[in-house]
Amino acid sequence: MNALPFLQHFIVLPILLPLLAGALLIPVKQSRYTLKFALSVTSTVLLWLLAAALLVMADGGYWPDGIGVYLAANWPAPFGIALLVDRLTALMLLLTATIALAVLVFSAKRWDRVGIQFHTLFQFLLMGLNGAFLTNDLFNLFVFFEVMLAASYGLVLHGYNLQRIRAGMQYIAINLVASFLFLIGVALIYAASGTLNLTDLGMRVALLGTEDTWLLAIGVTTLGLAFLTKGAMWPLGFWLPGTYASASAPVAAMLVLMTKVGVYAVLRVWMTVFGDGAGALAGFGFTALTIGGMATLFFGAVGMLASQDGGRMAGYGAIISSGTLLAVIGLAGGPVLASGLYYLLGSTLAMAAFMLLVELTDRIRPPGAALIAITMEAFAIEDKPEDPVGQGIPGTLAFLGLSFAACALVISGMPPLSGFVAKFSLFHALLDVLPTDGRIPGLTWGFIALVIVGGLAAIIALMRLGVRIFWASGDIAPPRLQFTEAAPITALVTFCVLLTVQAGPVFDYLDRTVAGLTQTTTYGERVLHEPAVTRMPQQEAER
Amino acid sequence: MEIVIALAVGVMFGSGIWLILRPRTFQLITGLLLMSYAVNIFIFAMGRLSVDRPPITLSPDIDPAQFADPLPQALVLTAIVIGFATTALYLVIMIGARGLTGSDHVDGKEPRE
Repeated sequence: MNALPFLQHFIVLPILLPLLAGALLIPVKQSRYTLKFALSVTSTVLLWLLAAALLVMADGGYWPDGIGVYLAANWPAPFGIALLVDRLTALMLLLTATIALAVLVFSAKRWDRVGIQFHTLFQFLLMGLNGAFLTNDLFNLFVFFEVMLAASYGLVLHGYNLQRIRAGMQYIAINLVASFLFLIGVALIYAASGTLNLTDLGMRVALLGTEDTWLLAIGVTTLGLAFLTKGAMWPLGFWLPGTYASASAPVAAMLVLMTKVGVYAVLRVWMTVFGDGAGALAGFGFTALTIGGMATLFFGAVGMLASQDGGRMAGYGAIISSGTLLAVIGLAGGPVLASGLYYLLGSTLAMAAFMLLVELTDRIRPPGAALIAITMEAFAIEDKPEDPVGQGIPGTLAFLGLSFAACALVISGMPPLSGFVAKFSLFHALLDVLPTDGRIPGLTWGFIALVIVGGLAAIIALMRLGVRIFWASGDIAPPRLQFTEAAPITALVTFCVLLTVQAGPVFDYLDRTVAGLTQTTTYGERVLHEPAVTRMPQQEAER
Repeated sequence: MEIVIALAVGVMFGSGIWLILRPRTFQLITGLLLMSYAVNIFIFAMGRLSVDRPPITLSPDIDPAQFADPLPQALVLTAIVIGFATTALYLVIMIGARGLTGSDHVDGKEPRE
């Protein structure tokens, strides 16, 4: 018997559900596209509902302080693995599920048939992502990172061709090395503090001796390097543009989400371990994050100007967005971070939509067919996947043009969409927190200047690309689009618009999120004092 | 013992780094393997080096402070399994790349002379 309330199990379900769905998909025959797709979509829709429920529970006072703790296998923290849901986790889960659903529907007519086991890998990727957001244990985080990466290796190579193999080899090698750094960091943290539970670690930092303090600092820095490799901070992000450009469109859209996992992990670890209560280590490394983030932003802006094709440009766009976020984490302070998170939401949605869009605009120009042909050969697939299946939808060019413009507006931060709101509120918050001597530090000015320059670079590059695709290519034949390809992009863009229209409520939520994040002691009380389920009395009597 | 372990970890990791910077996939995978061994020993050593400590069991006559630290053992076991799996995965992709490109260079083509 279990004394745990039913709703409490919702915390572990975002991990279990994709795991089960993925396992269930393996024996289904490759030729039964529809069944595979139906299973995968059902799982993802349920995930979306779960994420929404968790968000409501975290924000609606179901748990005290908006923090839900799930003790895996009923081991009390810090001995067992604790899963934790707070407002930030719930938000990331919802973002993941939203993009996953859009990507899945997008891939329904074509991409899931190009190679084998697309849906299985996709579900395992979701499991890894959700696990990485939910876990409160550093080693468990490593395990979920590996689950996510292993699935992403498969997906990056999905639709096996020469270009993907080349980019995939480098992507995998770099991530394997990053995993070793992750392990070294975790081991050092354990050696210094004797715990791997993140919250427990946060409570212990201030109590460590001098030697252990430095060992911990080295450990967390090494760990940070692993995260920043995923989050593509300069100079660790060189793998990103090539990988994004060569991956298939749906996979590239999911990769955008994976860079955000790196950023999320940095945010979580730094806020917990080096917050105000960290004694000698309080504020450790924040300046380095800011400077690194600014360098990344600059690198992304230059790269965007230099790139010719859409996929590569989107890759550099993801780098710009990572850089901005890392710099914001470095400059941390309540309202600034809330604007940063708002920027994360908008830019991730727009970037994912853009990745999908690039694939559709590429159809305007004829080459594309060659790519599929190689795949066919490699897999010896006899029947060609009837690319565009069924009837196309009318007005494709208008649709493509409008979506492209919307994505460009969000990515570059021009009014009226969410990118502008995010950047404006970011600047406002940065200039609003006056330091004690009443002067804004040079680093803040530098960051603001770089963000504006980055936006300018993005708009120039995107306009050039747009002109080339839609206007300068002579007489273009409108490509045939499927409803299932247009709908996800429309949905993602609509979310960006909604984010702009509902900026007030969203910001309220984010303010509550950030206010909660800074309360390290509350986390300590909630996680370490979460009671394990005791045996029911009658069971005790039976024994 | 500390010196020996430290040297072993250092030499293996150093050789691993040199090998992963080489252009052939075989050298790359050997380097990755060496690095993973070094990391595994490193994790194990982080539970402090000791000899003849009793394992953690339900024996009432042993002072709990005397037990060997069980956590690094659990961690290293997990790390070995995961490292093994991902390296095996990489091996498959390497073979695929070799077959598709006809070259064992990491860039998938022979460098121009």
